[in-house]
Amino acid sequence: MSENFTVEIISPDKSILKAEANEVTIPSYEGQMGILKDHIPLITFLRPGLIIIKENSGEKKFFIEEGTVEFSNNNLLILTSTVKSLDSLDKNSIDIIIKTSEEKISKDEISDKEKYLLSYKIDTLKTINQ
Amino acid sequence: MPSLDDLKKRIKSVKSTQKITKAMKMVAAAKLKKAQENAEKGRPYSQKMQNIILNLTKSINDPENAPKLLVGTGKDKINLCVVLTADRGLCGGFNSNICKLAKTKFEKILSEGKELKIITVGTKGLDQIKREYGKYVIKKFSFKNKKQITFSEAETVGNEIINLFKQNQFDKCILFYNNFKNVITQIPQAQQIIPAENNSSKEKEESLTSYEFEPEEDEILEDLLPKNISTQVFKAFLENAASEQGSRMTAMDNATRNAGELVDKLTINYNRSRQASITKELIEIISGAESL
Repeated sequence: MSENFTVEIISPDKSILKAEANEVTIPSYEGQMGILKDHIPLITFLRPGLIIIKENSGEKKFFIEEGTVEFSNNNLLILTSTVKSLDSLDKNSIDIIIKTSEEKISKDEISDKEKYLLSYKIDTLKTINQ
Repeated sequence: MPSLDDLKKRIKSVKSTQKITKAMKMVAAAKLKKAQENAEKGRPYSQKMQNIILNLTKSINDPENAPKLLVGTGKDKINLCVVLTADRGLCGGFNSNICKLAKTKFEKILSEGKELKIITVGTKGLDQIKREYGKYVIKKFSFKNKKQITFSEAETVGNEIINLFKQNQFDKCILFYNNFKNVITQIPQAQQIIPAENNSSKEKEESLTSYEFEPEEDEILEDLLPKNISTQVFKAFLENAASEQGSRMTAMDNATRNAGELVDKLTINYNRSRQASITKELIEIISGAESL
């Protein structure tokens, strides 16, 4: 029996990925979450982080800022408007994002929630850049 | 009877018009392909989003405390109509079809004694609506100088709608746009987005799955609903863009064909009168020679 389930990443203007995977790690709002086949139906939010899709042939990584995830009937659906494949990001562009995010976080007017999200964004980007 | 010169000018002018319509048709055809692709690519996102919301709705046991965006304010007093049209004309019945549908709805709302508010997107629709319903228009958007409409434009409109809702400016929101079916058929549609319309048939289908939520349903809903509004607006934008190009293409195709027919008719006319004048001249010469 195969241990695979389908995973789909869809952004408003196009479908980004449709693949078979045996494990997917998503940065859920309340913590990193690994999903295997036959997980119970689930709806959750994402915070900035990395989506890691483990396929039979290898691994795919995506950087994501926000999104909504639905898992049902062995179908993982990720809806997001800010997804980037790690291969498409280079060091310089990441540095720029980190810088602007750090500027934002140092300002006082943003809420705790935003701070929480931004800090994750910066952390993830920094680990990518190492 | 127009003179030969006049006919010649007419033919020339019709021919150059034909050239323009032909070029416009080809441009529309090229753009259509892209717009159609975009519309088709965009469909899954909005559908899936709607599905998630439906699933969430089912799990809410306590409709009193549910977010207002989902269940509405409980009243049906003020109706907000968002009319999406194109910024350019020359696309057949595209703009008029939306406006016609919208106007029938306006009339109905007003005749029921409800209050009407209108937001227009695109200048062409505004022009048509302004004449009769100008005083109801509260906001107008136009993305004329944007080459391609992206999600951020839809968000601008979506956020405006949500802001108005939060200020209790309306109870019900309806979206008017053209649904792209294929190149020759576009169906004007009125979609209610606030409160979210419950599709009862769909609900029964999947009512067996119960979900685990993280964080709580309410929190998810609160975040997801505004997003869904923008998504639905964006979908309408995409459908509209494809419909506009499709509609323009068919309209321009017809115009080109009509111009061709007109040229043929005028050419026959031209040839006939040319021949008539030659015959007349011949008769004059002959009868002149005979009288000698």
